[in-house]
Amino acid sequence: MKTYFSTFTTLLATFIILIPALLSAQNNPVGSQVNGNFQMDAQYYRVDSAIGALPVPEKMQMNSWTNITYSAGSFNAGLRYETYLNPVNGYDPRYKGTGIPYWFVDYKTGQFQVTAGHIYDQFGSGTIFRTYEEHNLGYDNSLNGIRVKFSPLKGVELKGIYGTQRYFWDKGPGIVRGGDADINFNDLITSWAESKFRFQLGGSFVSKYQADEVIYNDKQEKLILPLNVASAAGRFNLSYGNFGLGGEYAQKMNDPNAMNNFIYKKGESLLLTASYNQKGLGIIVQAKRLDNMGCKSKRTETGNVLDIAYLPAITKQQSYTLAAFYPYATQPSNEMGLEAQVNYKFAKNTLLGGKYGTDIAVNFSAINSIVKELVNDSAVLGASGTLGYTSPFFKVGDTKYMRDFNIEIGHKFTKSFKLLFTYMFEDYNIEVIEGHPGEPMVHADIFVAEMTYKLSPSKALRLETQALLTKQDEGDWMMSLLEYTVAPKWFVSVADQWNYGNQDTERQFHYPLVAVAYNNDANRIQLSYGKQREGIVCVGGVCRNVPASNGFTLTVTSSF
Amino acid sequence: MCLVWKLKSLKSITLRNNFSPTLIKFKMKNILIAALLLFTGITVLAQETGADKVLFKLPGVTVTDLKGTKISTDKLFNEGKPFIISFWATWCKPCVKELTAIADVYEDWQTETGVKVYAVSIDDSRSSAQVKTLVNGKGWTYDVLLDQNADFKRAMNVNAVPHTFVVNGKGEIVWQHTSYSDGAELDLINVVRRLIAGEPVAH
Repeated sequence: MKTYFSTFTTLLATFIILIPALLSAQNNPVGSQVNGNFQMDAQYYRVDSAIGALPVPEKMQMNSWTNITYSAGSFNAGLRYETYLNPVNGYDPRYKGTGIPYWFVDYKTGQFQVTAGHIYDQFGSGTIFRTYEEHNLGYDNSLNGIRVKFSPLKGVELKGIYGTQRYFWDKGPGIVRGGDADINFNDLITSWAESKFRFQLGGSFVSKYQADEVIYNDKQEKLILPLNVASAAGRFNLSYGNFGLGGEYAQKMNDPNAMNNFIYKKGESLLLTASYNQKGLGIIVQAKRLDNMGCKSKRTETGNVLDIAYLPAITKQQSYTLAAFYPYATQPSNEMGLEAQVNYKFAKNTLLGGKYGTDIAVNFSAINSIVKELVNDSAVLGASGTLGYTSPFFKVGDTKYMRDFNIEIGHKFTKSFKLLFTYMFEDYNIEVIEGHPGEPMVHADIFVAEMTYKLSPSKALRLETQALLTKQDEGDWMMSLLEYTVAPKWFVSVADQWNYGNQDTERQFHYPLVAVAYNNDANRIQLSYGKQREGIVCVGGVCRNVPASNGFTLTVTSSF
Repeated sequence: MCLVWKLKSLKSITLRNNFSPTLIKFKMKNILIAALLLFTGITVLAQETGADKVLFKLPGVTVTDLKGTKISTDKLFNEGKPFIISFWATWCKPCVKELTAIADVYEDWQTETGVKVYAVSIDDSRSSAQVKTLVNGKGWTYDVLLDQNADFKRAMNVNAVPHTFVVNGKGEIVWQHTSYSDGAELDLINVVRRLIAGEPVAH
């Protein structure tokens, strides 16, 4: 009886003490808050040997992620719980299992911000350091360690990081440490605050350490490995009125690793951007040179994990299925690329603008290899354990990797009818990019017409017709999608992808898909059923191979 | 502390006046628990049925504007008026569709409600340079912010784009919606209108 009574009193007392806190939290808007999000993808597989959908022993595979964040004033903390039981086809099977691979605590005070735990950050454009996550691709190279940000003056930000990287449910063997300085002169110099001339400068330094290990070159000699590998980068950005110019140069010291065949050559990269912008017109040109800049915190790793460097493709990211059929993936060891884009709006009530205006976007990319020359007369190009090759900085190599030109025109004909038309041509070096030796360069012409018809202010019908015409690889493809939406809650769609032009008449497969989705504010549930073609799914420049599958997919997402 | 003493004494008085100690103890405890729960319930409910049901407050994360200036997201404001935050990307067709649909009526919205749209791009360094080109090429007049490493996206618990939020005049998020279908922008402006009129933002 005594213990019973005292427990009750304790609870009562605690509650009474908490009441003032509860009341004050209500009156004080800077109270604590908890929020988060959740996503689950479940796939049920059926065997379909024709398209190459292999049997899945567990029949159903599921991925899920739950994020919880707690914030109270200057203090933030969070964690993410992931389950892969088993990982959905296309995800690295080493993700199998459940756990909390991500958590952090963060505190801001005046000029300092300190984060401990798992960190996502990038220096400049990420060439020598970027950690990020893209869970739809199964990509997560978070840094487990500490980060300190310090802003000594307005416009100046210094960052330091130190840690090891996520490797599935473990950590990579290498230690990554580095720092970055960013100066915005328009914030630093008060008289420049409203100036038409804007100038930013930045510099970063990263070093990775990995203990020695035994690796042999082609001649069975043990390699002398550098235990510490340093990279440095400098960047600038200036703009005057409508004109802009920016650049980033990076260098990495010798880093023999599995991706470059263990050569001792230094890495180098240069990215230059020039742009012109005014209301109704945007022009941008980018040029890139990439030479041996791939960097991971494990020398022998070849998968999509443990990256320290982020080297995105200098091509336009396509969103239509057939336009994204042959996506380019950066060749970290060598690339000379150019990308140009123009966006223009023909104003309303002009000849080409019509009643509502016309949007036009043109994009062009060209990527070739760099020139690789022998180091000396007796060397073998790229042999492991040697310097590998030398490469004149400004010369463009002969091997064509990618040419892509696309034009997109959007026009609203009436209040209820809108058309988006896209034409694209692509030269895709399938041999190098996908690793299919001996296959000829794919030349494809792609046409997409997307029409939206509004039946009422909240009901719309959308039809997408796409065609990919090519004489190489699997031949011509056609894709159609019809979607009916009732804003803001319902989405229903039917689609079919058909390889009608395949030389082998037995392989002219259809890939039908039906999907229904229900949306309520920030909660969404989607169920789809059909066949998925074996191919590449790209999000943000990182691509993942998705195997052929046939079955149901259920996706549930929620933010709270 | 006075309250504890008072309740304790209340309990001992009741015990003395009744013949079955166990029954009284049970009854007393239940009443007190019920009272406490009622009190908590009222406190919590009072928070929920207020004029604005606040989902959460804007987190403080660093993003950059198109001129390269760093901005802390908890300082986003619209002079005490509600504003909209829309997460998008150049490669996200429904996002561009949503922002184009709003652009067609943006001037009218601004005249009527004074609302402002912050279009936060989650394009990473592969396509972030094209954000300015696309925004200018389409003639958008939004305040565009770049969230290149998805820091703001993570802090706002955005799973996929498009994801749009309506923030009240006090910097508190009162409404959110994910995905876009033609006509959904009407819901957005209706939420803003209700906020301005001081009406509750029902779901």
